[in-house]
Amino acid sequence: MCAYTLPPQFETFTQARREGFLKAMAIKEAGGHIAGTFCTFTPCELIDAAGVHPVSLCGMSQEPIPAAERDLPKNLCPLIKSSYGFAVSDTCPYTYFSDLIVGETTCDGKKKMYELLGQIKDVYVLQLPQGIQREQALEQWTGELRRFRSVLEEKFQVTITDEALREASILRNQIRQAQTGLMELQKLDPPPFSGLDLYRLLDGLGFSFDLHATLQKLADLTAQLRRDYDAGARPVPAGRKRILVTGCPIGGVLEKTVKVVEENGGVVVCFENCSGIKPSRYLVDTQAEDILTAIAQRYLRIGCAVMTPNTQRMELLPQLAEEFQVDGILDIELQACHPYTVERCMIKQLADRIGIPFLALDADYSQSDLGQLTTRIAAFLEML
Amino acid sequence: MYSIGVDIGSTCAKLAVLEDGQELAFHTVMPTGWSSGNTAQAILDLLEERGFQGAPCVATGYGRRNVPYAQKAVTEITCHAKGGGFLFGEGPYVLIDIGGQDTKIIAVSGGAVQDFLMNDKCSAGTGRFLEIMANTLCVDPARLCELARAGSGVSISSMCTVFAESEVISLIGSGASKEDIAFGVVDSIVNKVASQYGRLAGPGSACCLTGGLCESPYILEALSKKLGTPVRSSPLARYAGAIGAALIAYGENKR
Repeated sequence: MCAYTLPPQFETFTQARREGFLKAMAIKEAGGHIAGTFCTFTPCELIDAAGVHPVSLCGMSQEPIPAAERDLPKNLCPLIKSSYGFAVSDTCPYTYFSDLIVGETTCDGKKKMYELLGQIKDVYVLQLPQGIQREQALEQWTGELRRFRSVLEEKFQVTITDEALREASILRNQIRQAQTGLMELQKLDPPPFSGLDLYRLLDGLGFSFDLHATLQKLADLTAQLRRDYDAGARPVPAGRKRILVTGCPIGGVLEKTVKVVEENGGVVVCFENCSGIKPSRYLVDTQAEDILTAIAQRYLRIGCAVMTPNTQRMELLPQLAEEFQVDGILDIELQACHPYTVERCMIKQLADRIGIPFLALDADYSQSDLGQLTTRIAAFLEML
Repeated sequence: MYSIGVDIGSTCAKLAVLEDGQELAFHTVMPTGWSSGNTAQAILDLLEERGFQGAPCVATGYGRRNVPYAQKAVTEITCHAKGGGFLFGEGPYVLIDIGGQDTKIIAVSGGAVQDFLMNDKCSAGTGRFLEIMANTLCVDPARLCELARAGSGVSISSMCTVFAESEVISLIGSGASKEDIAFGVVDSIVNKVASQYGRLAGPGSACCLTGGLCESPYILEALSKKLGTPVRSSPLARYAGAIGAALIAYGENKR
């Protein structure tokens, strides 16, 4: 057992995240291991089955960006800069505690950043195929998972059995179903949740480390919300414009996008993006003969703009718009995200086709665009 | 019944008072200055002086949240479309508003916003760009627009206002005429506006201009030429936002 000291910026994080840091420290002190992850493509089942705790390292704050800009170009996605900045300035406890950092070849910015990150941390990058329509895509990705499995086995001196993978898949499936169940409460009109609260809650779950407790918390919360709603509780007033959010990960721009929507007569009923429905709907076929292939299959169903063509996003969006009865689609993109900002034009065409008003926003993590974003969002809601 | 629209823009504050949502009873413009709160107070003093105080009021523009006597704040997008309806009819047309810090392209149909675009944080293609270049040339913006008519041959390639300003200074240094530089400045604005317009509107869509530059005949000509469609305007078009706000105030309060 060894003692760990917390980085100096620990005091500035919110209560919930601070608790997460303490849990992470406890895990390390008890001889456990932590794997930092960046993306919904990270095959968590393998990390779970290795007895290692995955934790998301996506940078959501402006604070470490100046440190990152010593090495990275200014005109780059703020999520990449922030994530790297936390690592290079040693200010994110999760990054600090990570025994291994796992990345994937998603967007170009991330994959080159991982190379730099590899100079200061132990980084392993999975090669994600980007044309899922190709016959060899599944084979290739399954091969990557097989390789990752031996990397984990060697690094942490464990054996990852098929049984452990199956067990981990069952639990991850249950959590995804519970998340979906919670998110689908937003189909109610009016919805039982502000989108901001929903997003923060889903985001916070990633730092609990105890997956069984997370599952229980989700089930309890969903049941409680349903009961309160049936008893007449209406925390969101009727008549709000129902907004679907799509695009990039938005944890770092929530305040100036989702919050502004909800202060100006809208409510976000559906998050299609990374922390929302897109990754939670698809499950691993836990009955499959080859569990590794089944896990690989599940990840290739995520409709991210790094895929080309990204048909799965085009198929999912109209379904969600229908199911959640949305009045408008808000495409929130991070500055200089090429996959999503270029794909925007096709999402706009899709929105026109299904007859739902569409607004695209570009944001970085600074506060300098708050006024302009507010005007666009308010005008969009007035238009609906 | 009177209704009031206050449009606090980044450069100028506009006031419009409507009678029964039909007749423009009063309108004026003043510089916004450094404090939109002070400007709002100056407008209130003026309203009291003219006996319009107490009438329903809607505020718009970037300072819309700093008008304590307004019942409601509505974005300039919605207000310009409403005001456009008053000035140019219900559409369909594409409204271009070249404002002090924003350029907005608004698709209007049935008197309502169908879709819109705004420039990003950069000031290229806005009134501010023109103002800074006019300062560098020691003329006022209206004069710059008229000088441009007699110029030709110069193009300003920087989209960034700061870089464009150094480009203008280099041109002055190299002995280019004021007219030619002015031509380059207007051409740069028109190009930027045209590229935004092209993202929202099909070729040949009917088009109207609002905002502070609508009084310049040369801007209208240059825009019409670049867009390939006649651009309409009106002497009252810089008040479109304020008129729209007053119409909304009327609509929400009429019996």
